[in-house]
Amino acid sequence: MDKVMSDKRVIALYVLPALLMIIILVYVPIIMTGYYSLMKWDGIGERTFVALDNYKQLLKDSMFWKSVYHSFLLAVFSVLSLGGYLVVSLVLAGRIKGANILRKIYLIPMLLSSVAIAQLWLRIYHPSNGMLNQFLSFLGVDDPPNWLADPSIVLYSVFIPIIWQYAGFYILIYYAALKNIPSSIIEAAIIDGANPWQLAYKIKLPLIAGVIKVTIVLAVVGSLKYFDLIYVMTGGGPNGASEVIASYMYQKAFRSFNFGYGSAIAFSLLILCIVATWLIRKLTHTEEEVQY
Amino acid sequence: MEKSTYIYMKKIGMFLFYMMLFLVAGLQILPLVWLLFFSLKNNQEVFNTPLFSLPSPPRWENYVKVWVEGDIGLYFFNSLWITTVSVIFTVLLASFVTFAITRMNWKLKHVVLGLFMVGLMIPIHSTLIPLFNFFMKVKLIDHPMSIVLTNIGFNLPITIMILLGFYNALPRELEESAVMDGCSVHRMFFQVILPMTSPVIVTTTIINMIYNWNEFVFVNTFISSDEYKTLTVGIQNFIGQYTTDWGAIGATLMISVLPILIIFFFLSNKIMEGITAGAIKG
Repeated sequence: MDKVMSDKRVIALYVLPALLMIIILVYVPIIMTGYYSLMKWDGIGERTFVALDNYKQLLKDSMFWKSVYHSFLLAVFSVLSLGGYLVVSLVLAGRIKGANILRKIYLIPMLLSSVAIAQLWLRIYHPSNGMLNQFLSFLGVDDPPNWLADPSIVLYSVFIPIIWQYAGFYILIYYAALKNIPSSIIEAAIIDGANPWQLAYKIKLPLIAGVIKVTIVLAVVGSLKYFDLIYVMTGGGPNGASEVIASYMYQKAFRSFNFGYGSAIAFSLLILCIVATWLIRKLTHTEEEVQY
Repeated sequence: MEKSTYIYMKKIGMFLFYMMLFLVAGLQILPLVWLLFFSLKNNQEVFNTPLFSLPSPPRWENYVKVWVEGDIGLYFFNSLWITTVSVIFTVLLASFVTFAITRMNWKLKHVVLGLFMVGLMIPIHSTLIPLFNFFMKVKLIDHPMSIVLTNIGFNLPITIMILLGFYNALPRELEESAVMDGCSVHRMFFQVILPMTSPVIVTTTIINMIYNWNEFVFVNTFISSDEYKTLTVGIQNFIGQYTTDWGAIGATLMISVLPILIIFFFLSNKIMEGITAGAIKG
């Protein structure tokens, strides 16, 4: 048995195809991004080594910092919305008729392509015929805002469909975690006289703390690297008012053909995601994980 | 508190809970209902009838028009075959790796597993510029192969993660008796392990189908010819030509999301299982 299952040739045959793919398609590009970020390069011509010039320029680039600020703002909004999803999940995981159908309905937006969602929300936000402003004028609002053209609100206008897209995903995860709590624990707490609030606060939430931590990491990192919807809906505009890190990178690399500078942004994004993951894990680290 | 007041309070509480849950459901589903309705209306009706008025008569000609006039059929076909090929290879290669990691004995397996798991966290945008350059050099830019390769590479980690839980729970006795009977590793893998893992293969297949069908950044960056575009990027261009025809835009969007919605309707439990397993380890 052991001999058959230790056959080096078989192991190589099974592991190498997939391993080579992620090395060539994921790990080598990551290193190359770091390398290109030290170059001045238009993507076609010669590369010239400029050391840290791209990063020095980045530090002074107010548009870059604005996009970083926007990405962080999205991260804050996403994490805050997790609280809402927790409340919905706690209710949904109680004795609710139709809970299964409800969580399926919540999940539907997450299954659609970002382009379809973006195109749909472009119509919803349409100044005169969109669903939102038609509804507002039905309510008697005379001068509804132009959601995507007004630089002071455009950022929040693109956040809403992103939250809409992912709500069902987090509710699904919390729901599954809450349903995983052994009913004996809940019953024991009820016998001890715990009311529903205490049950939620002191028993259920601590028991799914591990899952909550994971979702915080997912929400923060997912927000920092977010791209699709914003790129399709506004392209970062008007005038950079909805620019985020990834869309700024895309614009610099594939629109202005400044591949070196784009790589510096892309590499900064990677570092940011790694640091954020590490920091959240550190901050939410507890000595004892709840066991049950 | 008197018992009757307590029951009364509880009823009000439950009512408010249901109100909240239905409100969230409404927010999630109404935009799509609105989309379905305006995809069956003409501009006159979109602009002049109430928001959620039923299209009467439903203008199915919007769907016929965008399918016949545009390249939607071509984009649809591209999405279909690229998704199919990517999914088959992703699930097969991931099954090989997961089998070797959970069942076979070798020193570096934890390092290799670590490489796949860290791959989950890497933002794809940080790989985009070198990948563009790489595909340019190997003449795969504007070639569907670049999309198939990146689809496979970037979905291997999550597929392996979903497979791991299932493989770890498989009993080992079956393999032992297979080896006793003189079965080779390959035969064991294809005739014993793969059939036994069919439930999780279905899960990973559906999850991969959804991700590949919806893939946007790679197609948008690597593909420039219309003939290779997939539905996600194709509808983006297509809608550009129809900026003022709401019915045509609605019909195009409906065609692009319908396959996923149909799959979800029949296999929602599998999809939910896959999403949960892909997000949280174990």
